[in-house]
Amino acid sequence: MTHLRKTLGISRRTFLAGASAGLAAPAILTRTRAYAANPVIKIGHVSPRTGPLAGFAEADDYVLAGIRQALAGGIENNGKTYQVEIISKDSQSNPNRAAEVASELLLGEEVDLIVAASTPDTTNPVSDQAELNEVPCITTDCPWQPYFFGRNGDPQTGFDYTYHFFWGLEDVINAFLDLWQQSGVAKTVGGLFPNDADGNAWGDEIHGFPPALAGEGYALTDPGRYQPLTDDFSSQISAFKEAGCDIITGNMIPPDFATFWAQSAQQGFTPKVVTIGKALLFPSVIESLGDRGDGLTSEIWWSPNHPFSSSLTGVSSKELADGYMAASGRPWTQPIGFKHALFEVATDVIRRSADLEDPNAILEAIQKTKLSTVVGPVDWSNGPVRNVTKTPLVAGQWQKGPNGFDLVITANRSAPFIATTGELKLLS
Amino acid sequence: MDWINAILQGILLGGLYALFAAGLSLIFGVMRLVNIAHGDFIVLAAFLGLTITTTLGLSPLLALILVVPVMAGIGYGLQRLVLNQTLGDDILPPLLVTFGLSVIIQNGLLEIYSADPQKISAGALETASVALPGDLNIGVLPLLMFGVAVAVIAGLQWIFYRSALGRAFRAVSDKQDIAQLMGLNKAHIFGLAMALSLAVVGLAGVFLGIRTSFDPSIGPGRLIFGFEAVIIGGLGNLWGTLIGGIILGVSQNIGAQINPGWQLLAGHIAFLIVLAVRPRGLFPRID
Repeated sequence: MTHLRKTLGISRRTFLAGASAGLAAPAILTRTRAYAANPVIKIGHVSPRTGPLAGFAEADDYVLAGIRQALAGGIENNGKTYQVEIISKDSQSNPNRAAEVASELLLGEEVDLIVAASTPDTTNPVSDQAELNEVPCITTDCPWQPYFFGRNGDPQTGFDYTYHFFWGLEDVINAFLDLWQQSGVAKTVGGLFPNDADGNAWGDEIHGFPPALAGEGYALTDPGRYQPLTDDFSSQISAFKEAGCDIITGNMIPPDFATFWAQSAQQGFTPKVVTIGKALLFPSVIESLGDRGDGLTSEIWWSPNHPFSSSLTGVSSKELADGYMAASGRPWTQPIGFKHALFEVATDVIRRSADLEDPNAILEAIQKTKLSTVVGPVDWSNGPVRNVTKTPLVAGQWQKGPNGFDLVITANRSAPFIATTGELKLLS
Repeated sequence: MDWINAILQGILLGGLYALFAAGLSLIFGVMRLVNIAHGDFIVLAAFLGLTITTTLGLSPLLALILVVPVMAGIGYGLQRLVLNQTLGDDILPPLLVTFGLSVIIQNGLLEIYSADPQKISAGALETASVALPGDLNIGVLPLLMFGVAVAVIAGLQWIFYRSALGRAFRAVSDKQDIAQLMGLNKAHIFGLAMALSLAVVGLAGVFLGIRTSFDPSIGPGRLIFGFEAVIIGGLGNLWGTLIGGIILGVSQNIGAQINPGWQLLAGHIAFLIVLAVRPRGLFPRID
């Protein structure tokens, strides 16, 4: 060593400084990247394109085509134009697969930002991977409690790299109570909560429906958690009949609701209002129920009548929904607005980020988001917990009109700026 | 009265499970083949029924006239072209092949019909019911399904023990090589057994589609009760399969009457008790 230093003619101190700089270099070098003439920003996108949740992602192609067209000229950031590459991967409706493709996007494609949508089975594994790999992540389309507490989030500290926008259980309870108050029926409610993440959260004795209903003077008959894909609801139906329930609520998957609803008719049980989360979101489900679908009620996250428009393309809610219906020949669905808004937020963040090479600068841009999107304002400074901001939620009824079923907004207590579009009709 | 209702509805539910299970029981009895794709074939039949009712405007019960033979044809072709190549001393290859079929059917249906939940509309039949004394109501559809299940089992039983085809089934089931020596074409007999199995699946699929909504991914979830009914009843015993289905249905509904969380658990517990007490099922016919 001494010999080497002497032949090079450098002092011991210079040598040590140079050597330690050399040792430390990789730490700095990993953060820099060769710049091309047209720098590219990569956005990873995970979504359940196939499997049981595919209905949530059916508009992906349409929404992504619109976004890619809007971003064809690139995004301007600090006077430089970045090309945007959106890499979309299928979670196959499986949380393990979602984590796997998220990790491919993060480690293989080295995306700068990752986004995901549609139920805790997609948002949670993707967010966990992003948190682990310290890449900024934005998610939506999953009530915030299963997102936050489902990932063992601590309201005191929250998460560092993962942010979410959607509504929560308290909003859906509010919207349902508003809807029932207008109906004027007896305050007797039957609850159908399955033994899954959503059902347990909705039926929770402390945070769910039971205390909220009791607080507003409703008597709840909750026979207990049933297993999803049950073939028989006769015990619940007899309990509801005995309690004289005028209102039925819960969170169900479509086949369970179809089984329950047919059996109710067979057993002569005729509630006046039926408000079910999840099962009644999609027009295809209501159509499959035929005349028995008329008058069912559900939460509404987004509709063509929402008074918002896209910050990216300028299209209104109605134009976005109409565009999808024209392009696909299928009815509009609620996730369309949120999928579009997800990329609105991602684009806005990229535009405002102080340094696109620095994940922390991208994070800071996410935290400072104040954007009016097609689903309403997104602003993480005013959420219920860190990492979460809420979008407005209303409730309404499927009513059969001359052109098939229409989702009519009938209850808007918590978001009066979303106008009602009709009156609630009783089922019987 | 609630308990009587629960038991009554449970018996009717048993009919549905028996209908799901009869085809499984049949092919296991004849060729020791466990068809993992059975549930997916039920969903395939439901989609077939849906397509026929919507395009031809037929009532779902009339659509059965088309669905059942088409499914039987699929069954025969499948057995001759694919499954016969996998049958041998090892039971693993056919198991793996039917598992692969399950994946193929699910994704094929997803590609064609999308993930939308569908339902076959049967009009007033869906909600009609018969009132019994004591404030009991029995749905016409569950009653019809129970009747069909009993008729299917009786029909299969007749074929098995009273017809030439049944004799052939029993012969290949007992000793394949000897049956072959006696001039029975084993490949053809297996094909007919699978055809019969999928014909029953055709019935089960259309009734499932009328009863509740279905989507391409729902098949495997419906399969487990079929397997349990077969095993409770005893392998290879068709009436045993019906009784197995009824035991499952009744124990589920009794469980649900105590607490809905116990509904499926009670069925599984009944299954475990039977397995523990009589590992070969209640009325086994096959060693």
